[in-house]
Amino acid sequence: MSDIWIMIAKRLALGALTLLVISVIIFSATELLPGDLAQAVLGQSATPETVAAFRRELGLDLPAYQRYVNWLFGALQGDFGTSLANKRPIADLISLRLGNTLFLAVYAAFIAVPLSLTLGILAALFRNTVFDRAANAMALTSISFPEFFVAYILIFFLAQSGLFPSMARVDPSTGFTEALYHTFLPALTLTLVVTAHMMRMTRAAIINLLASPYIEMARLKGMKPMRVIWRHAVPNALAPIITVVALNLAYLITGVVVVEVVFVYPGLGQLMVDSVSKRDFPVVQAVALIFAAAYVLLNLLADVLSTLSNPRLVHRK
Amino acid sequence: MKDTATGKTVLLTIRGLTIEGRSDETWSEIVKGVDITLHKGEVLGLIGESGAGKSTIGLAAMGFARDGCRISGGTIDFDGIDLRAATKDERRALRGKRIAYVAQSAAASFNPAHRLMDQYCEAPVQHGVMSRAEAERDAVELYRRMQLPNPDEIGFRYPHQVSGGQLQRAMTAMAMSCRPDLIIFDEPTTALDVTTQIEVLSAIRDIVAQFDTAAIYITHDLAVVAQMADRIKVLLKGEEVEEADTRTMLATPREDYTKSLWAVRSYARPVQPPVTDAVPVVSVRGVTAGYGAVDILKNINFDIHRRRTVAVVGESGSGKSTAARVITGLLTPRQGEVLFDGEPLPSDYRRRSRDQLRQAQMIYQMADTALNPKLRLRELIGRPAQMYLGLQGKALSERIRGLLDLIELEPDAYIDRLPSELSGGQKQRIGIARALAAEPQFIICDEVTSALDQLVAEGILKLLDRLQSEFELAYMFITHDLATVKSIADEVVVMQNGRVVEQGPKDEMFQPPHDPYTELLLSSVPEMDPDWLTRLLQERRNKAEA
Repeated sequence: MSDIWIMIAKRLALGALTLLVISVIIFSATELLPGDLAQAVLGQSATPETVAAFRRELGLDLPAYQRYVNWLFGALQGDFGTSLANKRPIADLISLRLGNTLFLAVYAAFIAVPLSLTLGILAALFRNTVFDRAANAMALTSISFPEFFVAYILIFFLAQSGLFPSMARVDPSTGFTEALYHTFLPALTLTLVVTAHMMRMTRAAIINLLASPYIEMARLKGMKPMRVIWRHAVPNALAPIITVVALNLAYLITGVVVVEVVFVYPGLGQLMVDSVSKRDFPVVQAVALIFAAAYVLLNLLADVLSTLSNPRLVHRK
Repeated sequence: MKDTATGKTVLLTIRGLTIEGRSDETWSEIVKGVDITLHKGEVLGLIGESGAGKSTIGLAAMGFARDGCRISGGTIDFDGIDLRAATKDERRALRGKRIAYVAQSAAASFNPAHRLMDQYCEAPVQHGVMSRAEAERDAVELYRRMQLPNPDEIGFRYPHQVSGGQLQRAMTAMAMSCRPDLIIFDEPTTALDVTTQIEVLSAIRDIVAQFDTAAIYITHDLAVVAQMADRIKVLLKGEEVEEADTRTMLATPREDYTKSLWAVRSYARPVQPPVTDAVPVVSVRGVTAGYGAVDILKNINFDIHRRRTVAVVGESGSGKSTAARVITGLLTPRQGEVLFDGEPLPSDYRRRSRDQLRQAQMIYQMADTALNPKLRLRELIGRPAQMYLGLQGKALSERIRGLLDLIELEPDAYIDRLPSELSGGQKQRIGIARALAAEPQFIICDEVTSALDQLVAEGILKLLDRLQSEFELAYMFITHDLATVKSIADEVVVMQNGRVVEQGPKDEMFQPPHDPYTELLLSSVPEMDPDWLTRLLQERRNKAEA
């Protein structure tokens, strides 16, 4: 068991290192953008004195490495600085949005993951039948359309009739069930977008194992087809399935800008886009760092879970 | 149903069984009308080379056909149940419960995700024969009878934590879990070392006798089937050659094909006199090597002379292949060195000159995986000739044709084929041609015949022998099969746990007195005598008591 803990510790250290590298890249990227930030914020009419004073106030007169260190240590303590656009602390700005984004991501994942795993397992069980082909065709169709198109189709069919709201308005006062109702359409859109990938991977991973001698053995022991798949194939197919699920979860957190815009949902993606257009760099940096952390953490989790799913790595000789 | 002739109860009757296999889009017959009659408690040996349809017939006795195969004709009657007419559910209810299966490789046939005990209990619990608790108690009892170490605890291990021979016994115990009427043993000891094979064979034989279980024992090894079966049926390309009770079959085989199978073991080439004065082609001096902190080889010494074959024998894990890796420079030894023609070779192949690399070539066990499936034979054989000898254009083409002639494959018919268009023996011949293309002085043959049928293997051995005389080659012949050693070696090196326990000319090696380990190896090679196993076990028991 201690091997596993060492492995996890190593992966955590590697994840932290990755994040550090990413933070350097994010910081340098915004640094490389042309134009002077203070000038941009204050406008062309500002006097050189006010610009200089503003620069001092923001700490922009300090050398880049010093600003990076300050920024990083701030970020580690949850202080991302203040927004240039509205002077509010970025942490406050983000926390609400991050909560919304996570809510939507978890909501969509709760529908999409069980759905795609079930479909994938059933498609493997009934491979090359009408069911398999239909499930594949539908999943591929939904992934092939752009997200906004899927979203508008859903609005057309489910919101026009008044069944669900087309605007996913939530605020801290919205109750849980109400929030589920309001965000149903964006969650469904995301589900349709991510299901195909996970379903096809599950199907392929299981079918890949069906030719192995231990599957034949299970069948020769007289086990029912469903038990052969569920008990004998799935446990050995977990590693690739976990990896693809983690990638899609990360996408649900970081890749949902379009869906948020279509449904006017106050999530991190919208904040990111708004801040880029407003040249509100501290916010862009903070959101980028959060997205990176989500990716790194989810992949780390996937690695650890894949390892734990393999008895050869958990129970050494 | 009583068999009127013998008075014994008939358990399984197969009549006119035909099975078709699909290749590309066409179906062709792979089993062509086979009859089997099996009585309760009787063991029938099915023997034949690969492609004889042994496994396919064994599975058909369970009403099962692999993907890409279908049972197309005949009747299969198991204890009054027509398996071909039965529904899927009826057949499934029989499998594991009344007819069980023991696969060739237990390591691959146990599910790596579950403990042995969970896999043992699955059939009895799912078929409603016993409760989980009863099945667990029963498992421990059977593990004990199968002479597995720590029977109380071994079931709670995962397959990868148990050795191959133990897994094979655990699989036999698992097959016994519902006390079936019939067990299909599909080459259960083929993947095991000879010393391990004996334990598994005796455990299987005892338990089949104790429960009076009928069995179909499938193997390509005559000596093994002689120990296990009451009757033997010889198959060739999906058809029965002949059937008789074991003693009759061994003493007086009727058909020429059967006689040819019996004859293979008598091949032996004339022994070359030992070389003492000349400089050896390859000399391994005091080599200690391993991976990580573990030493796999411990102070190994041996020489290989021109025109001589040194057989390196030992069980899996003894360090045979590691020694080959050191010689080829794939593994840098911790101590010691390898001399070629008296000159030390750089220990890492990357620091060897092209000529040094050319001089030592390898032929591998699995010709299937050693040949690039995307290349035609022209390229497979041509590349080493091009790279080492700089042959181009017409000269290269001539050379490739010459090599194909050497390995007895018609150049015009074969030069543009892909490996997938060859039989197993032909692929191995290409492996030989590829090694020869570099015009080496020394070739390492790593278990080159273990994946082949006996008749095909014999052809390969004869070819290697002829090439050796023709080109004055030195061979290092890695094998675990002592019959091969007998037929081809000049000198023998016996390895155990990374040490050389005995070495010398072949004739001395096969004459007593032996090192105890060599003795164990030699005595473990099955003999055609049907009483061999019983006698050997008795002798060993006597010795242990003494």
